[in-house]
Amino acid sequence: MGVLFDNLGAFGEGLRTTAALTLASYLVALLVGTLVAAMRVSPIAPLRWLGTLWTEVLRNVPLTVLFFVFFFGFTKIGVSYVPFISAVIVLGCYTSAFVAEAIRSGINSVAPGQAEAARALGLTFAQVIVTIVLPQALRTVVAPLGSLFVALIKNTSIAFTIAVVELTRVVKELASVTGEAIPLYLGAAVFYLLLTLPSSAAIGVIERKVAIRR
Amino acid sequence: MTVAVFADPLGPRGKVKVAVATVIGGLAAAGVLFIAFRRFQSNGQLEAKLWSDLFTGEALRFFWGGLKNTLKLAGVSLVLAMALGMVLALARLSKRALVRWPATLWLQFFRGVPLVVLMLFFYFGLDISKYTSIVMGLTLYNSAVLAEIIRAGILSLDRGQSEAALAVGMTDGQVMRTVVLPQAIRRMVPALVSQLVVLLKDTSLGVAVLYEELLRRGELAGEFLKNKLQAFLFVAAIFLIVNLLLSSAARWLERRQGRAKKVAPGGPVRVTGVEDLTVA
Repeated sequence: MGVLFDNLGAFGEGLRTTAALTLASYLVALLVGTLVAAMRVSPIAPLRWLGTLWTEVLRNVPLTVLFFVFFFGFTKIGVSYVPFISAVIVLGCYTSAFVAEAIRSGINSVAPGQAEAARALGLTFAQVIVTIVLPQALRTVVAPLGSLFVALIKNTSIAFTIAVVELTRVVKELASVTGEAIPLYLGAAVFYLLLTLPSSAAIGVIERKVAIRR
Repeated sequence: MTVAVFADPLGPRGKVKVAVATVIGGLAAAGVLFIAFRRFQSNGQLEAKLWSDLFTGEALRFFWGGLKNTLKLAGVSLVLAMALGMVLALARLSKRALVRWPATLWLQFFRGVPLVVLMLFFYFGLDISKYTSIVMGLTLYNSAVLAEIIRAGILSLDRGQSEAALAVGMTDGQVMRTVVLPQAIRRMVPALVSQLVVLLKDTSLGVAVLYEELLRRGELAGEFLKNKLQAFLFVAAIFLIVNLLLSSAARWLERRQGRAKKVAPGGPVRVTGVEDLTVA
């Protein structure tokens, strides 16, 4: 146990990087995901195809493989960033595919009658989308987006493979130096739970607040 | 399709606008692909040898071995996780708090900790083999996920089913075994196949303990043949193809179930509230 308390500083550092990685990637994922969702419901066919290509490829290739392709592969074509930025790009793009799917299914979950009724009242296209469809769609999207956030926290641990010094990397290095792998990895598990469980709980609260009965 | 609900069908002027936007959008999409192409070309990454090296008999056998290891990891973990998940799901539905509690705790723990940390813990902490570490990690994590899917499947069944079975004098165990589970499992099949995609993707975390699954083999091949970029893209393509096949199988099962009369009303189970489970 001692090895844990001796290295609390290093743990804190790793935890900070994990948190920063999560927040930055989530922001990227939300922005890109919304854009891709818009592309996928747009009337312009090439954009729809591009959006479909983006989500299908990113959802069906393992995150670890994406990390390796981007970090160890793309340097060969002159695309290279420091590990942290690379990790934000990879995690952000990967999660964006799931965000796009969540938003798309949110839009599809709004009963067609809602939009039809709004149009029957004479609302314009923009009014239909902004005042009727989106508010309802966003409510159903809260739950999956929250789950994605929790999944993202856990997924940041894979960034250790490209030498981002986040929690998992810190623990792995400490373990190989001190040889006390068991308490260190258990400590890491506890720290991850301290991030994921409160996030899940908070999301549950938000979800109940905005939930609508259909 | 969605568009039609939000606005009137396009008139002649709208159609022209969409046509113009389609051309511009198409050019933009083609432009992106062209830039990517030029990037590969100007850095000499399209050289035939870099790619053809991956398709020699020896290289293909090497990748095939990696794919087999990947599939083995996924298959073994799936079977073990299913068994464990079933026990956990039943424990979560138990009437006794003493049985429910440990199962809930188990679920919260293994769903909240990153899979790769579990694998590293088993490998470096408990000093067991690479293969066993990965299988244990995958099994424990997926047992938690599958337990939730199974539980949702059981709860989605109409209560009248178990009530009727109880009314004819069956015991709790008989009701579960002969009435509830056979129906519930059918409805879970699409969700289970989707989870198999996630499981298959997660096997690539085995690279963290240097087990020779597909990704690690790709890395080794790329180092040896000096074509890492091509090797990793090849690995990505293999995963993409296998997973797309699995996904379409899941959709096919879902559609077939939607039609089948043997499945209780309500169709295949839509597992809600566990979206994160189908992500990682």
